[in-house]
Amino acid sequence: MSAILAAIVSIAFHGLAYAMVLYLISVGLSVTMGLMGFVNLAHGVFAAAGGFVMTRLMNGYGVPFPLAVAAAFLAVGAGSMVLERLLYRRLYGADELSQVLMSVGLIFMSVAAAKFLWGPLAQPMTPPAYLSGQLDLGFRAFPAYRSFLIVAGAVVVTLLWLGLERTRFGARIRAAVDNRRMAQSIGIDTGRLFTWTFALGSALAALGGALGADILAIDPAYALEHLVYFLIVVAVGGLGSIRGPFFAALLLGIADTGFKYLLPEFGAFFIYALTLAILLWRPQGLFGRV
Amino acid sequence: MTSRFGVVTLAAAIAAALAAASASAETIKVGVILTYSGPAASLGDQIDKGMSLYIKEHGHDLPQGVSLELIRRDDTGLNPATAKRLAQELITRDHVNFLAGLIWSPNALAIAPLSAEAKVPTISSNAAAVNLTRLSPYVARVSFTLWQECLPFGKWAATKGGFKKVYIAVSDFAPGHEAADAFSKGFKDAGGEIVDSVAIPVKDPDFVPYLQRVKDAKPDAVFVFVPSGKQATALMKAYSDLNMKAAGIKIIGSQDMVPDEELPNMGDEPLGVITVGTYSNAATRPANKAYVAAWKREYGDKTPPGFMSVGGWDAMAAIFSAIKATGGHPDPDKVMAALAGWKNPDSPRGEIMIDPETRDIVQHIYIRRVEKVGGHLANIEFETLPMTKDPWKELNPPKN
Amino acid sequence: MRADAVGGAAPQAVEALARAHRLKPWELAPWLAAIAAYFLFPSYLPLGAQILIAILFTLSIDLILGYAGIVTLGQSAFFGAGAYTAGLLAAHGWGEPISGLAAAAAVAGLLGLASGAVILRTRGLSLLMLTLVIAEMLQEAANKAGDITGGADGLQGMEVWPLLGHFEFGLFGRTAYVYCLVVLFLLWLVARRIVHSPFGRSLTGIRENEARMHAIGSPVFRRRLVIYAFAAALSGIAGALLAETTQFVGLDSLGFERSGSALIMLIIGGVGRLYGPFIGVPLYMVAQDRFAQADPVYWDFWIGLLLIIVVVFARGGLLGLAERLLRRRGRKP
Repeated sequence: MSAILAAIVSIAFHGLAYAMVLYLISVGLSVTMGLMGFVNLAHGVFAAAGGFVMTRLMNGYGVPFPLAVAAAFLAVGAGSMVLERLLYRRLYGADELSQVLMSVGLIFMSVAAAKFLWGPLAQPMTPPAYLSGQLDLGFRAFPAYRSFLIVAGAVVVTLLWLGLERTRFGARIRAAVDNRRMAQSIGIDTGRLFTWTFALGSALAALGGALGADILAIDPAYALEHLVYFLIVVAVGGLGSIRGPFFAALLLGIADTGFKYLLPEFGAFFIYALTLAILLWRPQGLFGRV
Repeated sequence: MTSRFGVVTLAAAIAAALAAASASAETIKVGVILTYSGPAASLGDQIDKGMSLYIKEHGHDLPQGVSLELIRRDDTGLNPATAKRLAQELITRDHVNFLAGLIWSPNALAIAPLSAEAKVPTISSNAAAVNLTRLSPYVARVSFTLWQECLPFGKWAATKGGFKKVYIAVSDFAPGHEAADAFSKGFKDAGGEIVDSVAIPVKDPDFVPYLQRVKDAKPDAVFVFVPSGKQATALMKAYSDLNMKAAGIKIIGSQDMVPDEELPNMGDEPLGVITVGTYSNAATRPANKAYVAAWKREYGDKTPPGFMSVGGWDAMAAIFSAIKATGGHPDPDKVMAALAGWKNPDSPRGEIMIDPETRDIVQHIYIRRVEKVGGHLANIEFETLPMTKDPWKELNPPKN
Repeated sequence: MRADAVGGAAPQAVEALARAHRLKPWELAPWLAAIAAYFLFPSYLPLGAQILIAILFTLSIDLILGYAGIVTLGQSAFFGAGAYTAGLLAAHGWGEPISGLAAAAAVAGLLGLASGAVILRTRGLSLLMLTLVIAEMLQEAANKAGDITGGADGLQGMEVWPLLGHFEFGLFGRTAYVYCLVVLFLLWLVARRIVHSPFGRSLTGIRENEARMHAIGSPVFRRRLVIYAFAAALSGIAGALLAETTQFVGLDSLGFERSGSALIMLIIGGVGRLYGPFIGVPLYMVAQDRFAQADPVYWDFWIGLLLIIVVVFARGGLLGLAERLLRRRGRKP
């Protein structure tokens, strides 16, 4: 009996850690899609970029882990602002198909560029000594790094929620998501708002990519490989919300791990079936507006 | 007038010279089908580098006037339909004399019938599907088969290895099933017990749930086959996250699990992992030392050579010797005759031979353990099963 | 007569609409080009056959995306269903190609009808994700059913009989090319007919203003479902063509990449014109073939650049660009 319990705890724990990575990466996509109506399939590129920046700093220059993560967050955020100005901005308000085409083009170019710069191998990610090994909580031990991931994810969710609910910037975003025209007419500079939101979303993806490099290995094809899961989190969670993707990621992360444990030979079949059921039940997503 | 006349004569002279040059110089074309893009691009990179290195080191060995042209094609991964079309194009459009490369068994199985139909000698540098060489008399293999590795390894695990109960976890495609069947037969014949087995979908990157099942069953060891590359790294991470070492569960498998080029990415977790394989870049054979030194000269320290690279190297060695044996005119049947029984005592992995009957490789099989040497992890060979043939072909004789 | 019925509408526009269903000389151009390619590039016929198959597949997406406004990333579900239908028949002793196509069309069409009945009530992102998820589920199921489908190793042992009892599918792909060309031509005629029928017009109406179509009593859901199932059958035939001409079916036939790249090719060519696939597919596939040969390691960079250039300079696809240019020239005296 206790063996079954131990297995359940283990599955829930690992599912949770996986969910946090999925959430960090997808929340930015949800907000940019909800706020700007931009179908940015290339969102995973920013997550991968975060991972590349962090691993290069750690492995190549011996930069400590926290600094490397912070650098990945800032560098990718800044880089995404440039891209937003150069490319994305041209396509705000354009039809979705052009946005799809542009972002897929960006994925292809980034895949090749990453291969050229970093080579085709996955980037090694070795957590720092203080986050390695097992964390003994008395009744049982948990892998330290994955425990850290869960805590870090929870902190980010809280900060984001507070930021969106309690700050002026958050209020502006909420206003623009609800009714962009009205927001513009009361003097909100939506252009600048878009740029900053886009940068924040991309930087969060970079954070997710960097912290999650231990689970979703960083390699050139990253943006393409995990795209479907990011999209599922966004669709199931509902567009333009902070909470939605969080619960969607929790559900998917834990259910995916659980299904694979219980029925290993079916692979991801049941996670797709679950997505199908949820979207038929609530086409706007769990927390999306009708 | 005169100047125009001059131009015409000059052009005619150049044309004549070019024609003469092309008549005397034979260009032999080798179609190389590998994975250069997508998640498995690192595998193609290894084999391609092995091939290029051989050409660089031995290019001058070709007969006078013969030059070699590699025509590279990207099959983008486990993608038999694409691989088949690429082979078809290489044969009909580029008129290649050889096909080489081939990473994925399903891709190779799709190509083999073409090599028979078009009579194009085809050398597998990696694809290990055991019946591959049976599908076409023009296919030879310089990599390995999983039966060749895992059957004797099963025997070893139950006897000298001292394992009693083993769980099998393999990727759900042909090589995975072959590894499972071969290990299982060897292990059970020698008195071991297989507790249970699980097949992991090929494209799944998350091994935690699968290994949790293994942990629940409390075996002495888990026997693993996953495609070489980052899947192997992900598997080691999951093994470490689940704290399976502390639970007393060892991890054993084929060399695909701890490829030399991925070892630096794995931390210290693989220490003590025992695998069966055909090549380790830490081997002290002179031929291997020379190989590793040449590799470093050419490609630096960034990606060390692994067993896949040696598959590329030996494929080129086989093609070179076939070209030499046929005097630079590689008629397909003469090539296959030259390859039958071909020996290379100086392969980085030790002596190898192509079995004249099956066109499959005969080679030493090594049992290795991951140890730390000079601050780096390395696969240290500690037992050699000399000149092992593929046992499956003896167990399953051709039907007709 | 029609002009009378519409009464006050600009006579030229009405005339243009009424004549739209007649074949115009320039519509023969792609077919002449395809026939010429057979003689001009005999060593490219295997690629040519795959281009023709991709055109058919992309055409099926154009029908639902361009005419009914259904964005899909899961059309490969039907492509794969058709491919496995024809493949399994051929692997179990029935290798007659044309009846294989018919069986594939039936299976894929039914699958389209069944899945469409469930998912077509949704819109936008959910619909997109539902199409995608259904294709992914089918792929996982085909992987799981390895005893039947061969799983990740692909379906082994297909034996396709000679076409019409005479023409072998050989190494050089001549039979395959002609076979695909004829099938594509016939199905294109059917698709064209549908698009210009009252049914097709009502689809365009649904795409442009669904509420109004409801208001005039048009059975919106049923019409969308019918075109979805028809497009699924077309995709199934495309899949069966690939299975029969390559004598192989793999899990990738059900993959998301296939749906995605077809969508990209359609957007490059231009959506909702029936000719987009004939421009976008050859351009993309030939470019990919050339890039991949010139640079097998980094070819995706150049493809990506091509896509971005199309977005920046030819929004609405190449046909959209051509239309704009023609209109601009037309406006000048």
